[in-house]
Amino acid sequence: MKFCTVILSALVAAVSHAGEIPSAERRSGYEFMSRETRAMQDDEVTGPAVLWLLDGEALWGKLGCAGCHGDAKASMKGVAARYPALVDGKLVSLEQQVRHKAPGLASESRELLALSAYVARQSKGMEIRIDEKTKPLMERGKDFFHRRQGQLNLACAQCHDDNWGKKLAGNTIPQAHPTGYPIYRLEWQTVGSLARRFRNCLTGMRAELYAPGSPEFVELELYLMWRARGMKLESPAVRP
Amino acid sequence: MARVVVNVPAEAKRGEVIEIRTLAGHPMETGFRRTQLGELIPRDIIRSLVCTYNGVEVFRADFHPAMAANPLLTFTTVAAESGTLEFRWTGDNGFSATQTAAIKVL
Repeated sequence: MKFCTVILSALVAAVSHAGEIPSAERRSGYEFMSRETRAMQDDEVTGPAVLWLLDGEALWGKLGCAGCHGDAKASMKGVAARYPALVDGKLVSLEQQVRHKAPGLASESRELLALSAYVARQSKGMEIRIDEKTKPLMERGKDFFHRRQGQLNLACAQCHDDNWGKKLAGNTIPQAHPTGYPIYRLEWQTVGSLARRFRNCLTGMRAELYAPGSPEFVELELYLMWRARGMKLESPAVRP
Repeated sequence: MARVVVNVPAEAKRGEVIEIRTLAGHPMETGFRRTQLGELIPRDIIRSLVCTYNGVEVFRADFHPAMAANPLLTFTTVAAESGTLEFRWTGDNGFSATQTAAIKVL
C-alpha cells in the first residue's frame, strides 16, 4: 500500500512538471544557490556586480544619457521590467535599447554591460510585466523554447520545464527565469548578458548559435520574460 | 581605470573590533591559461594589498595566481582613534589603486 502511494505521488509529480511551470511553483535561480553565492548577490556594497554598477553610473553621465533622461534612479525605474519591448514596431532587448544613441558601444562590451546593469538595477524588486502587443513574437520565442535542436536533439523545455530541480552533472537545473540579467556569473568571472547565457546552453546542446541581438535570441528572451511574468527583478544578480 | 570599493564603518567605539571589506576590480589572469592558438596568456594579477590606519600598517595580504577575479577581502582591526584608513593595491603591469576611508571613534 505504502509502495503504491510512493508510485502514485511520483506520477503526480511527473504530471505536474509537464508543460509550463504554474506561477505558484516558479522559483528564481537565487533559490537554488548556495548560502555563499546568495551572500554575494545580497551584498549591495561590496558584491562583485557593484563594480559594473559604478561604471554604469559614470557612463550615464559621460555618454550624456542624463541629458534626455535625467536622473536614472527616477527615469529608469521599472524600464527593465518591461523589456524586450516594441520600439518603433521592432522588438528590442534592453541592451539594444540602452545603446540606441550610443551605437559605438559594442554588444557584450564591458561598457554596455555596465550601463545595462545600471539601468536594470533601477527596477530591482519590481514585477516583470511584458506588453501584450508582443504576443505574436512571444509565440515565436515559445516555439524556439519547445523545439528540439542540435546534435543532442534537446529542447530548452525538456530541462527547464520538465526537469527543473533535478541534477545535471552535479548542478541543480534551474527554471530558466531571466530575473537577474545582466548577471555576474562565477563561471565567467565577470558580468554577462542573457544572450551569452543562451550561447552557453546551446553549445551544451550542440545546437546552432545565434549572434547577440539576433531576432531569435530577442524573441527567446521575450518568451522567457513573459514566462517569468510577475516575478521580481534582481538585476544585477549573481549566479554560479 | 581601476575600480575599487571599501566598506568601513563610519563610527565605532574605542577598542571595538571592526570589520573591513575591500573589493578590487581586476581580471586576475593566472598566467597558466592559453589562447585558442596555444599561446600562453601572460600573468596579470594583483600582488598585494596594504592597509594603513593613520599611517600605521594594520593589514597586508599577498595575492597569488588562481585567486578569483574581482577579489573581495574581509579583515578586522581594532578601532583605536579617529582618522583615516588607506588601502593600496599593487600588481602586475604597473597596476596600482588607492582608496581611503574615514572612521570616527567615539
